[in-house]
Amino acid sequence: MPNVMIRVKDNGALLFYIAKKDQEDEIAKVEKDSDTEWGGEVELTDGTRYYIDPISPPPSFPTTLRFKRAE
Amino acid sequence: MSDMTREETEALIQEVLEVYPENAKKDRAKHLTVNDQEVEQSKKCITSNRKSLPGVMTIRGCAYAGSKGVVWGPIKDMIHISHGPVGCGQYSRAGRRNYYVGTTGINTFGTMNFTSDFQEKDIVFGGDKKLSKIMTEIEQLFPLNKGITVQSECPIGLIGDDIEAVSKKTSAEIEKPVVPVRCEGFRGVSQSLGHHIANDAVRDWVLHNRDGDNSFEATDYDVTIIGDYNIGGDAWSSRTLLEEMGLRVIAQWSGDGTLAEMENTPKAKLNLLHCYRSMNYISRHMEEKYGIPWMEYNFFGPTKIEEALRKIAAFFDETIQANAEKVIAKYKVEYEAVIAKYRPRLEGKRVMLYVGGLRPRHIIGAYEDLGMEVVGTGYEFAHNDDYDRTIKEMGNATLIYDDVTGYEFEEFVKKVKPDLIGSGIKEKYIFQKMGIPFRQMHSWDYSGPYHGYDGFAIFARDMDMTLNNPCWNKIQAPWLKGEEEAEAAAAGA
Repeated sequence: MPNVMIRVKDNGALLFYIAKKDQEDEIAKVEKDSDTEWGGEVELTDGTRYYIDPISPPPSFPTTLRFKRAE
Repeated sequence: MSDMTREETEALIQEVLEVYPENAKKDRAKHLTVNDQEVEQSKKCITSNRKSLPGVMTIRGCAYAGSKGVVWGPIKDMIHISHGPVGCGQYSRAGRRNYYVGTTGINTFGTMNFTSDFQEKDIVFGGDKKLSKIMTEIEQLFPLNKGITVQSECPIGLIGDDIEAVSKKTSAEIEKPVVPVRCEGFRGVSQSLGHHIANDAVRDWVLHNRDGDNSFEATDYDVTIIGDYNIGGDAWSSRTLLEEMGLRVIAQWSGDGTLAEMENTPKAKLNLLHCYRSMNYISRHMEEKYGIPWMEYNFFGPTKIEEALRKIAAFFDETIQANAEKVIAKYKVEYEAVIAKYRPRLEGKRVMLYVGGLRPRHIIGAYEDLGMEVVGTGYEFAHNDDYDRTIKEMGNATLIYDDVTGYEFEEFVKKVKPDLIGSGIKEKYIFQKMGIPFRQMHSWDYSGPYHGYDGFAIFARDMDMTLNNPCWNKIQAPWLKGEEEAEAAAAGA
């Protein structure tokens, strides 16, 4: 269950940063991304997947969220 | 490497790895790579931030070095106690050349060494009482200090002293911030974790101190310089450029910095991050908590400075953008003269770097401006995000080495035969004795500043001074030289 800081990159993409692992990856796709909620399964550009219960209303970035590894 | 192909470089790495036993070879192979600009993510080709293996020579430092030596040490108006045995503080005292303004021992304490000088009895009975006592003493002797930090050395963590409790108690007594920093040397694999711990200590004990206080008048043009340690005056030569652009620098982290500047940083409009490795943590935190954007910039060499100034200006209105162009135009004459003078003397020379933090990638531009080429680079304590940023800066098929061992570095140098090496004091004399020009790129070899346009002129002069020094062809002993010449003559005949 890593703590993940998500921020908006210069190119508009969301950057998924795990401080403990010094991992910086872009988010490739988010399961639920609408005006009312954000979250579910998140896939990074390198293929790893994480899960977070959908947040409603969507959080404003940058923010730190706690993700689970998706099975 | 212009004269080495990818295959040749790969073969070189294999050749160097040959002497290791099987396991060590497997491990070290992950840390050495041939640069490929196509690669997006460095983790596919290089492993970093791993523990150095016993038996190889590493050049890394410890968490204490990262916290006391790098992040906290330069804060000039605080007293940084090296809490533990005397050596750590004494051997790291003032070696980093963080310049500052002030009267040492009166209102600034940068080059002084404060230590609790642990003895056996402190290890056995604990050092909390002693810490409390020396802090009271410091307050009596140096009443103009603005606060105290407790930089833990290894024993503190081992014997389990409660420095947080002592700090809170003393802080209430002396009515100044006292910051306990848990940067025991054994933590982590290198000084990198020390930077992180120090950043976290700033976050937890300092940054929010003036949150409710609006007495500081902020303007729309407030920026901060983060991660510039003012080595040889670097932050000053950067600061002047920003001020000429019409920006106001309200804090310097941490070279020539003060506690008040750090506390006021949340009032800035933009955080300018020079050393990404050591201060990205706090920048990210401020972005999240206070909504202050941050950007990485590079003030080495005119090409990169120009890029950086434009990028910084883009955050502000048109006046600043116009000013940025004016600044660039103003210094153009100066740096063109520098390039005209030194480029012919340095053109085509090849450089190998092995430093820490940001320099292995940031300086590349400055060398290129002088017509030189960086053929190998590496970091002591970088993480993968640093290598992500490095791959783009380096040419294809150049060498990249992470936490290089003494042996590997020597062998690489023997094979690649660079014209100049930039690294630290521990490497300096080995390579000078091998007859290769060498500059210390940690302390600028007691010169500097190298940042900014003013710094570039000094940088160019220093590189020329080192490379074209007549001593380099006098390194070989005359009797050995005689043999070689005789052989050459014999071969010629």
